[in-house]
Amino acid sequence: MSIRLEHLNYIYSPGTAYEKHALKDINLTIPHGEFVGIIGHTGSGKSTLIQHLNGLIRASSGKIYYNEEDIYQEGYHMKELRSQVGLVFQYPEHQLFEIDVMTDVCFGPKNQGLSDEECKERALEALRLVGLKEKYYSMSPFELSGGQKRRAAIAGVLAMKPKVLVLDEPTAGLDPKGRDDILEQIAYLHKQTDMTVILVSHSMEDIARFADRIIVMNHGEVMFNDEPKKVFAHFKELEKVGLAAPQVTYIMHDLKEHGLAVNTDVTTVEEAADEIMRILETRK
Amino acid sequence: MIRDITIGQYYPAKSILHRLDPRVKLVSTLLYLISLFLFRSIPGYMVATLFLAAVIRASRVPFKHIVKGLKPIIMLLMITVIFNLFLTKDGDILFHKWIFTITEGGLRTAVYMAVRLIYLIIGSSLMTFTTTPNELTDGIEKLLYPLNKIHVPVHEVAMMMSIALRFIPILLEETDKIMKAQIARGADLESGNMIQKAKSMIPILVPLFVSAFRRANDLAMAMEARCYRGGEGRTKMKPLHYRTSDKIAYIVVIVYVILVFVVGRYVPLRVWIF
Repeated sequence: MSIRLEHLNYIYSPGTAYEKHALKDINLTIPHGEFVGIIGHTGSGKSTLIQHLNGLIRASSGKIYYNEEDIYQEGYHMKELRSQVGLVFQYPEHQLFEIDVMTDVCFGPKNQGLSDEECKERALEALRLVGLKEKYYSMSPFELSGGQKRRAAIAGVLAMKPKVLVLDEPTAGLDPKGRDDILEQIAYLHKQTDMTVILVSHSMEDIARFADRIIVMNHGEVMFNDEPKKVFAHFKELEKVGLAAPQVTYIMHDLKEHGLAVNTDVTTVEEAADEIMRILETRK
Repeated sequence: MIRDITIGQYYPAKSILHRLDPRVKLVSTLLYLISLFLFRSIPGYMVATLFLAAVIRASRVPFKHIVKGLKPIIMLLMITVIFNLFLTKDGDILFHKWIFTITEGGLRTAVYMAVRLIYLIIGSSLMTFTTTPNELTDGIEKLLYPLNKIHVPVHEVAMMMSIALRFIPILLEETDKIMKAQIARGADLESGNMIQKAKSMIPILVPLFVSAFRRANDLAMAMEARCYRGGEGRTKMKPLHYRTSDKIAYIVVIVYVILVFVVGRYVPLRVWIF
């Protein structure tokens, strides 16, 4: 179920005054089951990149392979690809339209041609996975709060049982609690099922906590593509392009500069705490 | 997909036309449109063509871009041509088969109509290509200002226009986004008959309406928060003033109109039936 991109280029509105080279020679491989974080500031091409993964945007040049099959070849089943690679857009609650949450979540499976019972089963499962309480199922999606709407919308994609789940800033505009809830739910999903998860985010903290690998985008190019700790080691370069490493990286580097021999590779607060404790223990 | 609509969209470039006062462009466009109906002869068309070509050159908008804007009206153009061609009965019969008859007058009217329509669209889209929506409504507001005396709410109308124009690209983008989101959920927007196609628009229209209302609400709130209370006593950040180039432009356009009128009426050049 791997995804491979080869020499991918995308140009918006070619030949006009609005021409923009949004993606430049992207080469990536995303193996099955990985949790990948994509980060970059606004306009770096993240959203454009992920819309290529399920064929919503057709690349100007280059190739995309899903399961070693070229998705641009003649007769390739795009609809099948779209049900395998589920894409949750930014502010997904803006796409809700049905009379109640249940029916809305059923929209995806129904388009896949499943029977009504199967749709309902899938919808129930998806709604449970995103942690939406049962009392909301029969309510109009427009009556829900922001965070609940977001969950319902994510359930709408999950109900299609994608093999790859791509989320474009799933936490934008949510309060800290809602943000943590959604991210933990996604991490839980990734552990429970063997789904590949691609998470697009602005926040290094969020990505550092969950991702196995981080792809940093800058001006339509892949700047880094590595394990979190290796990417954060370049924190100075990240700053130059308007990004930052997680706060713990700075703390650990400062501590080291001030003579505490800590390992600066840690990426989360918990790891940092353990590391500092370890060093302090050896000092005694 | 939806981004490709070019008709009526601003095209950023640095040209004399872009810098002209919007009032000049509005009045000139109106005069140009009227001028197209002042004549029915080849010399008149030649003058109009030369003028249009000169304006296109001066606008620095690529010709390809302008032609792309004509695409949406091809259907309308075809219908006009066909109706004029077969339904005008005037002069000698050129072609006759079963119920189809083409007369000299019909052919003439059809060709003239087609050229006029194309020139009309190009002329008016040149205005929108070179003028931002804000300038345009500013120009309209100033031009119609005298109507205030007879209690026409000019400022309110202009404000509504600028809001409507401002929202076109936003709603287009929103539509694009929602369409993509629903396609990603397996929505099928292309296949099926008319009724199925109409039904498949529901997942796009409902969120679009919801978002349009939400945006309208937000905008109203934001305007009130900034103490907006209509046009009375309101000043402009960039008030419109005529400069020398604007006056020259007026003269050029008036000379053109007189020229096209005189040449179109009184220069007796005829080719075949035209």
